[in-house]
Amino acid sequence: MNRAAGPAIQAASGLKKKRGAFLKRWDAPIAGYLFIMPWLIGFIGLTAYPMLLSLYYSFTDYTLMEPVQWVGFRNYERIFTIDEKFAQSVKVTFLYVLASVPLKLIAALAVALILNKAVRGISAYRTAIYFPSLIGGSIAVSLLWRNIFGVDGFFNSVLALFGIEGRGWITNPDTALWSLILLTVWQFGSSMVIFLAGLKQIPKDLYEASSVDGASRWMQFRKITLPMLSPTLYFNLVMGIINAFQMFTSAFVITNGGPMNSTMVYAMYLYERAFSSYQLGYASALAWVMLLMIVAVSVTVAATSKYWVFYEGEAGGRKGA
Amino acid sequence: MKNVARHAFMILFSLIMVYPVIWWIGASLKSNSELSSPNLFPAKPKWSNFTDGWYSVPGHSFTEFYVNTFSLEIAVLIATLLSSTLVAFGFGRLDFPLKRFWFSLLMLTLMLPGQVLIIPQYAMFHQLGWVNTYLPFVVPHLLAGGAGGTFFVFLLVQFVRGIPRELDESAKMDGCSWFGIYLRIIMPLMKPAIVTVTIFCFLWNWDDFLGHLLYLNSVDKYTVGLAIRMINDSQAGQQWGQLLAMSLVSIVPATLLFMFLQRYFVEGIATSGIKG
Repeated sequence: MNRAAGPAIQAASGLKKKRGAFLKRWDAPIAGYLFIMPWLIGFIGLTAYPMLLSLYYSFTDYTLMEPVQWVGFRNYERIFTIDEKFAQSVKVTFLYVLASVPLKLIAALAVALILNKAVRGISAYRTAIYFPSLIGGSIAVSLLWRNIFGVDGFFNSVLALFGIEGRGWITNPDTALWSLILLTVWQFGSSMVIFLAGLKQIPKDLYEASSVDGASRWMQFRKITLPMLSPTLYFNLVMGIINAFQMFTSAFVITNGGPMNSTMVYAMYLYERAFSSYQLGYASALAWVMLLMIVAVSVTVAATSKYWVFYEGEAGGRKGA
Repeated sequence: MKNVARHAFMILFSLIMVYPVIWWIGASLKSNSELSSPNLFPAKPKWSNFTDGWYSVPGHSFTEFYVNTFSLEIAVLIATLLSSTLVAFGFGRLDFPLKRFWFSLLMLTLMLPGQVLIIPQYAMFHQLGWVNTYLPFVVPHLLAGGAGGTFFVFLLVQFVRGIPRELDESAKMDGCSWFGIYLRIIMPLMKPAIVTVTIFCFLWNWDDFLGHLLYLNSVDKYTVGLAIRMINDSQAGQQWGQLLAMSLVSIVPATLLFMFLQRYFVEGIATSGIKG
């Protein structure tokens, strides 16, 4: 927006001082690299190199203690043929992602829409609603949840008031995962804050113009709010999917993957292989399979995004139409 | 009338959201026998849950665990703020060869699941002899990585891009160096975004249970989260009140931080214009 003014000022400064032009010509590249140096070193040393290392480990029987043995594709073969726990963890993880991500997004969007209008006392509401997310994936919340949904827990004592006989929600394989999903959905605050930020960027006059044309609230939501918010929705969706795939703490602390592996989410299984049985080579292969799954899902979502994500400033407001 | 309905709904909704926490406060004052009673608060609050809980790890107290956690948090926070603002200034303000390439790589690592890096990083830090020190947390943050590091750079770059360029141009004319522009012009203007980064950084590292679990193994280096897990394991659910009391205390710092800074928090996200 302000870039147009830039060259004019630069030209003027170039006339006044030679040093201005000098700075522009080659000082900036060196300065640029100096500024990004911390990240660059970190990227090479803590991301790129470890990734290659982990790819290498995935073809070995690495255990941290004994000498590394190359085993070729054996780890991958085992994963896809005889490892039943892998199949179970993929099933559990997909169920968790498919249930928790949409529910969380719907809750976040609905509350953001309401909070975007209620003005008085908004900070109190915001704090209350954000609170569960604030305490996030901490061990404290996980223990709280275990207590609430236990056999003698709070949830059952409420049900008892209505004469409904409760059960051990966390110790029952049919419901254990759902109590973890509920915990995730309860923590919709971060997505909500990002939706709120997105809502604030929608120009008000769009709504005013459409009310003049007699559009209903529902029409406005569908024709203005949703399209204008679609980039934010996309961001929340992708981040939500990636985070859900990596869910760990609550499965680890609340259920430890049980009962009967009903909450054996992928990250939990990977941790078990890597740091309980120290099969680091096998776990590396699991990690790469996980990466490929996430990439596949993200690419699929990205491919569909051109049909529903609208960016301002592109022809007709529509991307790739 | 509509406003009344909206507020009524919001109050009800807020109550549902914080209800588990109200129950939590009540339960932290209960004895084991009262825990399953439907009453929110016990007839006779058992305050000793807090004092006994504080000393429930033999030979250690929670004072020690809090000092550990805060030391780690402060070190990580300083490292994060130093590195992420420098890098964000570089990407957001300066032009250099291959900038777009490096920035796309940064965006890609934003989506990289941590699980792919856990094992090789653990192996590397193990070989360096960094296990059971705080180095596996501080060093990555000093290099704009670690829990959320790349996200902070992304957030700050978005913010820096929104600051008018005329400001640096006129500073440059006055003979200010790039570092001077970073320090004296951009840094002060980045305040809302820096507050956002501070909150996220504090929360995510406070909650980085898996990281603490992997790298810290002697009790004198334990963080609060690990200490709570230790009581949980050693007592096998025999002292729920103490456990819930200590868990409750453990969320106080994060809650206070958010309450004081929440206005900046939303502002920081709104102005950085996170989109897709």
